[in-house]
Amino acid sequence: MSASRRRQSPTAGGPLRILSLHAVVVITALFVAVPLLYGVLGGFKTTQQLSSNPIGLPDPWVPENYTSVLASSSFWRMLWNSTYIALLTTLVVVAVSALAAYVFARFAFRGREALFTMFAAGLMFPFAVAILPLFVLLRMFGLLDNPLGVILPQAAFGMPMTIIILRGFFRAIPGEIEEAAILDGCTPFGFFWRILLPMARPAIATVSVLAVVGSWNQFMLPLVVFSDDSLFTIPLGVQQFQGQYATDVARVMAYIVVAMLPALAFYAVAERQLVSGLTAGAVKG
Amino acid sequence: MKTTQPRSRRLRGFLTIFLFLLPALVLFFGLVVAPILLAFYASVFKWNGMRGLPTDFIGLANFTRLLADEVFLGDLWRGLLLIILSVAIQLPLSLGIAMLLNQKIYGRAFFRLLFFAPYVLSEAITAVLFMMILRPDGGLANQILGWFGIEGPEWFADPSTVMLSLFIVMTWKYFGFHMILYIAGRQGIPRELTEAAQIDGASGWKVFRYVTLPLLGPTIRISIFLSVIGAIQLFDLVWIITGGGPSHSSETMAVTMFQFGFKRFQVGYASAISVVMFLISLVFAIFYQRYVMRRDLEGATTVLRDQR
Repeated sequence: MSASRRRQSPTAGGPLRILSLHAVVVITALFVAVPLLYGVLGGFKTTQQLSSNPIGLPDPWVPENYTSVLASSSFWRMLWNSTYIALLTTLVVVAVSALAAYVFARFAFRGREALFTMFAAGLMFPFAVAILPLFVLLRMFGLLDNPLGVILPQAAFGMPMTIIILRGFFRAIPGEIEEAAILDGCTPFGFFWRILLPMARPAIATVSVLAVVGSWNQFMLPLVVFSDDSLFTIPLGVQQFQGQYATDVARVMAYIVVAMLPALAFYAVAERQLVSGLTAGAVKG
Repeated sequence: MKTTQPRSRRLRGFLTIFLFLLPALVLFFGLVVAPILLAFYASVFKWNGMRGLPTDFIGLANFTRLLADEVFLGDLWRGLLLIILSVAIQLPLSLGIAMLLNQKIYGRAFFRLLFFAPYVLSEAITAVLFMMILRPDGGLANQILGWFGIEGPEWFADPSTVMLSLFIVMTWKYFGFHMILYIAGRQGIPRELTEAAQIDGASGWKVFRYVTLPLLGPTIRISIFLSVIGAIQLFDLVWIITGGGPSHSSETMAVTMFQFGFKRFQVGYASAISVVMFLISLVFAIFYQRYVMRRDLEGATTVLRDQR
């Protein structure tokens, strides 16, 4: 009797306790959601309306801010730039890292752990540390104002995390499968391509999602590589638009809300991969 | 025949390893290692960054200048401030929310999705959104404060509030990420352990304090590690919102480096800042892994022993 009461108390508790727990969660939810809603609704107001009526519904609803963003060709061009840079970055980083992770997972050779540690150590060094010499190098290679100047460094800096996650996954695939494949006449690359990669599909999805999000949100690298604004990605476009229309607050809000949508849509689709990738990466990194 | 076969096979194995690793090695050495080495090289020169390599060798002068520069020393202090605020406020908040969402809360899947959503937005979008919300005149925050008769602060425009304002933005964007880590860590704790404590009569708080919290140790240490690395490299938010101002009061190491490297063309000096950032990250990572994360292993073994 008393044991069962005690067992329940920590999770169930009195109604007051339950109410206060919910209150904390709801207040936090307001802290997160109100800025987003303020942006969405603000985009439907004029700037004057926004200062007289910051929280309420727009009256009247003004769609012009949104339609003007959607009608501007520069916005669509930036969306396209962000998209293909993210996709190519992902392709490069996953291909290169998968080959390396295969070697680190399934071959024994001298210096393997030292090499792997060197790659893993790359995790600690963010762009900010290397951006200046990277800029000098890219200028030497003639990669400024060239999408490759963003894609290749992003892929290089994405490798440590990708290799760590893929190696862990490749290791878990039983050796018997590899032996059977080799007996059937598979070359190492044949095994990698026809058996390992298809089996590792969930892990590939996870690291791809991480690479897409990382590339999509990258600001510093395109900022120094691109001076020609026909190459701009969305984060650069957001900064540029804010600079141009700083006083027209409602218009800037509409712009950032539209700019958020692709990321939020991607999050809605790939939330599971993103979460599993981030937690796996954090625990192993 | 018999003697050459193993050798050729070994050669082929070596060739396979080499070819598979080659693309990764080229990218990593060309675009990660080489830049860091170049930063070390350039940091001992006076160099405006123009074409070719630097020639005006000045030894460690850039570093002595750096250590006497009030802005740079301020960067270190502000970095430390952000780390302290994160560890003291943001991480406990994330941990608390994670524990709440682990209980029977109505709509917890929705809340988890919502709290994590800001993490997927770019810092550029977050920065501009909060520039609108924290406008001194007419911004949402000051309008709400106005309802309560409070005259809102100048937020990003006032040197005394700018760091706190940045911290609010960072918390908005990143607490959900740490929350996700804690939720994953919490789910990794076997149910029997908390249940056993409850049966032994431990209250909810005691179960958390003496069972859950110690077992979350590894997750907490990683979460602190990521916060520190994040604070060392903080750039996008600051650059877009304040550019380091007003009068350097929100500058970070990365912003100072960017100013000197890309705006004032003192590339040698800016490289010295990059090198110091690199060394701080390196020393911190080695120290942390050796002295803080190592305890995770000891903790795990003592827990196992106790269980037995």
